Amino acid sequence: MWKYLTRLFYRFASPPHVYRLAGRLTPWLMLPGAVLIVLGSWKGLFLAPEDYQQGDAFRIIYVHVPSAYLSQMAYMLMATAGAIGLIWRIKLAHAVAVSAAPLGAAFAFLTLATGAIWGRPMWGTWFEWADPRMMSSLVLLFLYFGYMALRAAIDDLAKADKASAMLAMVGVVNVIVVRYSVEWWSSLHQGQTLLTDRGPRMSEGMLAPLLINLLGFTLLFSGWLLRRVRTEVLLRERRASWVGKMVAAEGAGA
Amino acid sequence: MEEALSMGRYGAYVWSSFGLTLLVLAINEWRTRARHRKVYRNVAMRIRAMEDKR
Repeated sequence: MWKYLTRLFYRFASPPHVYRLAGRLTPWLMLPGAVLIVLGSWKGLFLAPEDYQQGDAFRIIYVHVPSAYLSQMAYMLMATAGAIGLIWRIKLAHAVAVSAAPLGAAFAFLTLATGAIWGRPMWGTWFEWADPRMMSSLVLLFLYFGYMALRAAIDDLAKADKASAMLAMVGVVNVIVVRYSVEWWSSLHQGQTLLTDRGPRMSEGMLAPLLINLLGFTLLFSGWLLRRVRTEVLLRERRASWVGKMVAAEGAGA
Repeated sequence: MEEALSMGRYGAYVWSSFGLTLLVLAINEWRTRARHRKVYRNVAMRIRAMEDKR
């Protein structure tokens, strides 16, 4: 059984298999993702009831929360893939980690930007330097920048993989701080809305568009991640015979 | 229509958030697509150049 699972795992993790599978899956993730985002945003902007305290400004939640969730999820994925690459020496895991970084950085930026736009009318400030949630979110963005800068500074691919995986693993502490900062410390930022002990603290009409957008953003992220993994696999395997055969076959077909 | 645009008096904040999100999503789509195309083209050119040498 174990032998069978190991064989299956290595077959699944083989670069040519992943390259082809990712190519097939990407459109099936991207298209539904885009449709769901349009639907969720439309419902959130025009059908969800107004918040009794924040009025229509609360509608920013429909882009802010999915971005925040993805910025943290991408980091955890990057760190986990980096750890798998370090421990089991699976090159594909490093390719996944590298691919997640720019996407995570984009969503971390979006989290801060939409948070600032939301904060201005609600709190009277774009950014509060002493706030633990905002500061840890900013540190998350810098961790992404640091990760990408570190990789760019090391020419040797194996060394870059190792060093960046270590950095990603250390940075997990910050993701935990981002997640729990509103519970551990007094914060200007509101507390958890979705993942609370008593379930989501939103009415159904407000919650449905948020869940739709969360799913849509996740599908879109997954599609981009797979596309980036394909690119990374192609770069790393450019001297492999399967790449030569694939290019020759596609060239002949063109 | 006017009501939808004004979003109470928070229209500028709500629409700029959604607009910025759309822009970042569009950049992500363009960047991932363009990068893959560029890498594929470079790898293909290298392989064909090697084949021509043989």
